[in-house]
Amino acid sequence: MENLEQIRDRLLARFPAAQVAIVVNPGSAAEHSLLLDPASAPEIARFLRDDPMLQLDYCSNVTGVDWPEKEITDIVKKSVPDPAGGPDKVVEEKTKRLQPGYLEAVYHLYSMARKHGSVILRLRTGNRSDLVTLPSLTPVWRSADFQEREIFDLYGIVFAGHPDLRRLLMWDEFKDHPMRKDYVAPDDFEWEPTPHGDVHERAKAHYPAPPPAASTPTPEAKP
Amino acid sequence: MLGSGILKGLGVTAKNFVGSYHDPARMVTQEYPDTPAKLPEAYRNFPFLVTENATDPMGTLRCVACQICEKECPPQCIYIEKSKDKKPDATGKPQLYPAVFAIDTAVCMSCQLCVEVCPFDAIKMDHVFEVAATNRFEGLLLNREQLAKPNEYFHQIRPTEAAEVDGRLTAERQAAAEKAKAAAAAKAAAPKPTTPVAGVADPGPASPRPATPKPAEGGTAP
Amino acid sequence: MSLFPANSGPTVRAVHDEFHGDLLEVSMGPQHPSTHGVFRMVVTLDGEQIVKLKPVFGYLHRNHEKIAENTSYLSSMPYTDRLDYLCSMTTNWAYALAVEKLSGQAVPDRAQYLRIIMAELTRLVNHSCLVGFLFNDLGTSFTPLLYAFREREKILDLFESLSGSRMMCNYQRFGGCRVDPSPEWLAAASALVDNFPRFLDEYETMLTGNEILLARTQGVGRLAAAHAINAGITGPVLRASGVDYDLRKVDGTGFYPRFEFRVPLGAHGDTYDRYMMRILEMRESVKILQQAFKTLPAGPIMDPKAKLRGFRPKAGEAYGRLESPKGELGFYLISDGSPNPWRYRVRPPSLINLTLLEEMCLGHTIADAVVILGSIDIVLGEVDR
Repeated sequence: MENLEQIRDRLLARFPAAQVAIVVNPGSAAEHSLLLDPASAPEIARFLRDDPMLQLDYCSNVTGVDWPEKEITDIVKKSVPDPAGGPDKVVEEKTKRLQPGYLEAVYHLYSMARKHGSVILRLRTGNRSDLVTLPSLTPVWRSADFQEREIFDLYGIVFAGHPDLRRLLMWDEFKDHPMRKDYVAPDDFEWEPTPHGDVHERAKAHYPAPPPAASTPTPEAKP
Repeated sequence: MLGSGILKGLGVTAKNFVGSYHDPARMVTQEYPDTPAKLPEAYRNFPFLVTENATDPMGTLRCVACQICEKECPPQCIYIEKSKDKKPDATGKPQLYPAVFAIDTAVCMSCQLCVEVCPFDAIKMDHVFEVAATNRFEGLLLNREQLAKPNEYFHQIRPTEAAEVDGRLTAERQAAAEKAKAAAAAKAAAPKPTTPVAGVADPGPASPRPATPKPAEGGTAP
Repeated sequence: MSLFPANSGPTVRAVHDEFHGDLLEVSMGPQHPSTHGVFRMVVTLDGEQIVKLKPVFGYLHRNHEKIAENTSYLSSMPYTDRLDYLCSMTTNWAYALAVEKLSGQAVPDRAQYLRIIMAELTRLVNHSCLVGFLFNDLGTSFTPLLYAFREREKILDLFESLSGSRMMCNYQRFGGCRVDPSPEWLAAASALVDNFPRFLDEYETMLTGNEILLARTQGVGRLAAAHAINAGITGPVLRASGVDYDLRKVDGTGFYPRFEFRVPLGAHGDTYDRYMMRILEMRESVKILQQAFKTLPAGPIMDPKAKLRGFRPKAGEAYGRLESPKGELGFYLISDGSPNPWRYRVRPPSLINLTLLEEMCLGHTIADAVVILGSIDIVLGEVDR
């Protein structure tokens, strides 16, 4: 199989308007991926599937990833001339910036015809609140059908062009997206006296008066 | 011939039917609970705490309340409170002990990770699986009196592992005793009467003991 | 190639039709014995024929992925037992494989062999049970299932005496396996494997030529190869359609390239081929196992550098996949260098193999839908996670 740079160059030559970048994976697996811009993703996906050299006919895995916004501290070293005339001082200048958060959909592609792979595609949304629409690749690979529905359900990415975009695992009336990092779990547990303060305290706060049947447990019974 | 496949299949079922009366390979039904279940040595169910001495289970728990198992437990069903004081363990070293050690067996999934991460061989997996209780909350929340079981019980259910653990612990204790002896000899060689005696080997009468080392009901023997 | 073909069965007509009566919407499941768990299908019927079928998921959803993102890498291992609870050895292995890929850990030779032994024993368990369940779905009230369970119980006893638990084995670790089997265990397992073909022969005498089975399964639930590939169908269901794609051969997972075995392929992609695929794969598994017991090397079973506690792989990501008995089981992990994975994703073969359930069922009767579902082989612990 061609390496990722060659694939990227071929894609850029074929689709001049598209933006394709390589996302480096620093881990020991070294599976690098291609970051596509959402607008050109469907036609690139179709090309990857039908291209006789790649024939990536099998989309194995579709994953949603949540990257909340985080504060990054950039450290820039500057040499400042010493007013006293000595050697230049090296001063570290720290600037804080907010990296905006986004949601990501990752596609793992393989070829069953040529038995090679993997090529990993990444699509990123604009932010995590209102610009969460990505094009659906289900019309290209049917295997993305349930997986994109699952991402819509658990992460809240809206896949435009998906033939049947409904929640997959949670019920239809459910409001939030549970796999997001800032999801707050509900605290209306059934009153369940465990020895763990955490669950217990939250349940107690939710139900100020405990049900009469269950008494507060004493983790250690008196011998 | 149409139907020959079905007839052949019926032949197989007939063979199995007859065989289920005399062929050991086909007599697989166990008459549980009339005959007790045969458990392999490696069988694991909810954990128990190993004590050195059956007559004083709370005083001789191997557990030193390091809370590693509590942290590693996947469903977070272990709850430990450290003691305020220390008391000597089998090697004579003063250690903390768990003032509270509770396992919520309604949550426990018998995965054995607590046993694997325990550096003191203090928690082991049990063979008891008939654990029905009348109350699903307090009845399934086992405290340390209910969890403590003597080392002899451990030998009974897992002879190989217990022998291996005991061999290792005995070696450690011997090494500790020899070290203490060597230290005492060194002290005798260079006597310094003003040095206060370290409370390592001698816990002394003032050493804290648990309030009442009375074995809890059903806590000591299976 | 059209991915969403027009209904290959009868066209859906108006719900109320004076001449033909009404269409009937049946909610099959979640509490239905033939759906293999808490799976639900909303089936629209024209008489007895299926004109529409929508699977409904989530009744066993535990948000396994979220739990795993909030615990350490090791603590997720016992949870993976609960994904595909019939094949915990392979789910353990797939997870260990992904973590080892993420952290670049080596696995000793003996552990690699043991993993293959466990995986192939699991395949025997899964496939023999699946065939039994399939016959249950056909209405062969319990006899083949109980014969399969009898053999399965012997393998589960082996698992129990090795790992301590029949089904929740929790056996694999990052960088090796947890327990080294004794020579007696290996002898017992080897004897069991040598006897297994006799059970298979008996099973096949009873079932394969059965005229009722042939009538009920041949030509039922056809799946074309091109559709199957595009829909990401994997495992025996894909190979029944004639696509030669077995990760044991393609990826050469673990030490599989050292073993001689063949990949059975179907020709028609119908339920009968999917049944035969399981039987033939069991025979190949027996071959692999016999080779493995003969050539099992001595040595350590854990990488000496492997750490049980305080495991922190460096930042990066990895996708590890394995040919589980149900298909391609993948784990996708993103590490940010902390003790918990940032993203932990399971690629469940059972769920994705259901993508084409509607297409396979259209035009058949509702009794056939039960058989088709049975031949896909799903486990709800994995579908809903």
